[in-house]
Amino acid sequence: MSAAPETAGGVIHDEAAYKRGLRLRTWRGTAWQNFFLLAIVAGIAALIALGFTVVNDAFGYVIATYETPAAELAPNGDLNGLSNAELAQILTEHTPSRLAVYIRDYLYSGDPAEFAKLPMSQALPGATLLPGAENRTVRELNDEQQAAILGDNLSQPVLVTIVEDNVVGESIYQTFSLTESLVNRAGIEAELASAPEGATLSFRSWVSLDFLLSPPSANPATTGARVALLGSLWVTALTILIAFPIGVGAAIYLEEYAAPTRFNRFIEINIRNLAGVPSIVYGILGLAVFVRALATFTGGRSILSAALTMSLLILPVVIINAQEAIRAVPLSLREASYGVGATKWQTIWRVVLRSATPGILTGVILAISRAIGETAPLLLVGASTFIVSDPSGLLSKFTVLPIQIYNYTARPQQPWRDAAAAAILVLLLVLLLFNATAIIMRQRARRRLSA
Amino acid sequence: MSITREAGPAWAIELNKLTVYYNDKLAVRDVDLKIERQKITAFIGPSGCGKSTVLRSINRMNDLIPGARVTGRVMYSGKNLYDTDIDAVEVRRHIGMVFQKPNPFPKSIFDNVAYGPRLLGIRDGKTLKQIVEQSLRASFLWDEVKDDLKKSGLALSGGQQQRLCIARAIAVQPDVILMDEPCSALDPIATQAIEELMLELVRQYTIIIVTHNMQQAQRVADYTAFFNIRKEQETAGNERRWGLLAEHGATEQIFNAPKLEETERYISGEFG
Ligand SMILES: Nc1ncnc2c1ncn2[C@@H]1O[C@H](COP(=O)(O)OP(=O)(O)O)[C@@H](O)[C@H]1O
Ligand SMILES: [Mg+2]
Repeated sequence: MSAAPETAGGVIHDEAAYKRGLRLRTWRGTAWQNFFLLAIVAGIAALIALGFTVVNDAFGYVIATYETPAAELAPNGDLNGLSNAELAQILTEHTPSRLAVYIRDYLYSGDPAEFAKLPMSQALPGATLLPGAENRTVRELNDEQQAAILGDNLSQPVLVTIVEDNVVGESIYQTFSLTESLVNRAGIEAELASAPEGATLSFRSWVSLDFLLSPPSANPATTGARVALLGSLWVTALTILIAFPIGVGAAIYLEEYAAPTRFNRFIEINIRNLAGVPSIVYGILGLAVFVRALATFTGGRSILSAALTMSLLILPVVIINAQEAIRAVPLSLREASYGVGATKWQTIWRVVLRSATPGILTGVILAISRAIGETAPLLLVGASTFIVSDPSGLLSKFTVLPIQIYNYTARPQQPWRDAAAAAILVLLLVLLLFNATAIIMRQRARRRLSA
Repeated sequence: MSITREAGPAWAIELNKLTVYYNDKLAVRDVDLKIERQKITAFIGPSGCGKSTVLRSINRMNDLIPGARVTGRVMYSGKNLYDTDIDAVEVRRHIGMVFQKPNPFPKSIFDNVAYGPRLLGIRDGKTLKQIVEQSLRASFLWDEVKDDLKKSGLALSGGQQQRLCIARAIAVQPDVILMDEPCSALDPIATQAIEELMLELVRQYTIIIVTHNMQQAQRVADYTAFFNIRKEQETAGNERRWGLLAEHGATEQIFNAPKLEETERYISGEFG
């Protein structure tokens, strides 16, 4: 060791200078600590503000008016307890002239102008029809025959929605936020007094079982997230199923087999950059490749096309995290495996992948969060904005929750905002569900690896 | 072509002009050494003289290091292990290895020991249990762990972990066991246990151990190989260094009557 520089020697021997320096050093540490605390507080405040805005809209009093109160149609006003035939009967009684319109809107998928001219067997191929109805056009059927078509071919929840929209005719006159509902009861009562005759005031949770189970409708009072929820579940699950094996496979190849050539480095750098490409670009790609070019396999604007597009989008995240995890497996463990005569593949499968599992799952968790929230690429690959039928398979049309939310918020009236808030809560719930599953799996994997 | 063990020759392993490079850098040069069957041979020498390099060349562990290149021959059971038709995977099943830092898998004690046999395709639970018990008994660990074989290997103490690694190595019934400073991470009591274990294992296996501990070499080794560093001034301020085998003989002779002065200096601690 050479002699300490003179200035440093000065501090070391000068008690007062040392004390001053120490105070400064301590102060610096405290200042940083306070900054970190501030950062956390800001983060939590943002989170609370977000939660508050959503919850404030999702719950609160509403003033509603009805054409025919549900209590007059079903015991206790519980339409969900009625059978298909009973619901069809209600439609026949209250809106006989609209039965043909329901058939057209909910069962027919061709050109609307042609509908009235086609015999039923052509207009509704595959539908259950009463004998004698096949060769007649919809105008040639009587009310009972039309009602039977509705009752036999629509699901019960869809029939309930039709009854709610067209018979009950609940119409939201005014809604109040949660804060208003809690602090301004008197003002709300005053609004009720000035509302049309027969208006009712009730506390409404916009997220409800009904909301989860109903298909969307043109009336915010009866709309639901069912179709979008199922769409999100289908697309996300399928995306993970596709991206996980491919992503982990690519990571294994890059880390364990690819020689460190310039070409392979180039590929790796590109994968890293792909993680930052705007999602809309993936949408354009998905539209060109999966929806158009491969339409025969993917069915065009289908769940499969959406999942394939989303897989491309999250692949970089999965690959990068899996690579990091594989790289972090200590050399000593690999050596231990080779040392007792393992082949390369045995070492990868039994030692490397096992140890890398928690890190790989971290990537999957990040990827899931991204996949569930993405909207733009799915708009491009053709998620429908309004669709009432549940997705039924890989090739069916679909919509997803973010698009449903976007669709709600695009409308000017307050009730739609409240429905949007409810849908946001559902989306967060789905996100939590997927992430919790992955986190529990990761926790299990970690516990298996620790002492 | 596969390796068939021969019981015949007195030499378990013969190194012929073994030379190892890392990329273009010469690490050890022209090592000629015969390892006697069912004896313990110790490799000693200053840091960086290539003891680990030679040891790892014997079971082709160096294949895993990109840029490592070996010339010369490693003869085992009448085969040169570096012939192109020899599979390194097979070599390591005959010549096992124990490392400097205990490296049990993050798996149960049972799964650690059963790892090797399972690689060979043994699935039968009873057979595996038998092998695990035998191996743990042979590595003096059985009495300490027999009641919690399901416990993670990582939950054991350092010395126990190293004995677990030895059990894992002998579970595939190798012929030769290579140990690279197996006690350097252990306390004196654990070290003593490993030394006793080596003296027991040598009745069945050929053992080569790298050690920095002169007393350890004298306590356990039948033969000792002393490696040293050679330097050569290439250009001004640019020195070339490589390792070589300086002297080899019975441990008694190396420590009591070394032929070379450099050996004498090293074992008496005057080195460097
Ligand atoms: N993986 C490696 N890559 C490059 N050089 C290495 C590597 N391992 C060892 N060496 C070099 O080879 C020489 C011998 O090293 P080593 O066999 O570890 O010596 P020892 O075990 O006797 O201390 C040293 O000069 C060391 O720097
Ligand atoms: Mg070494």
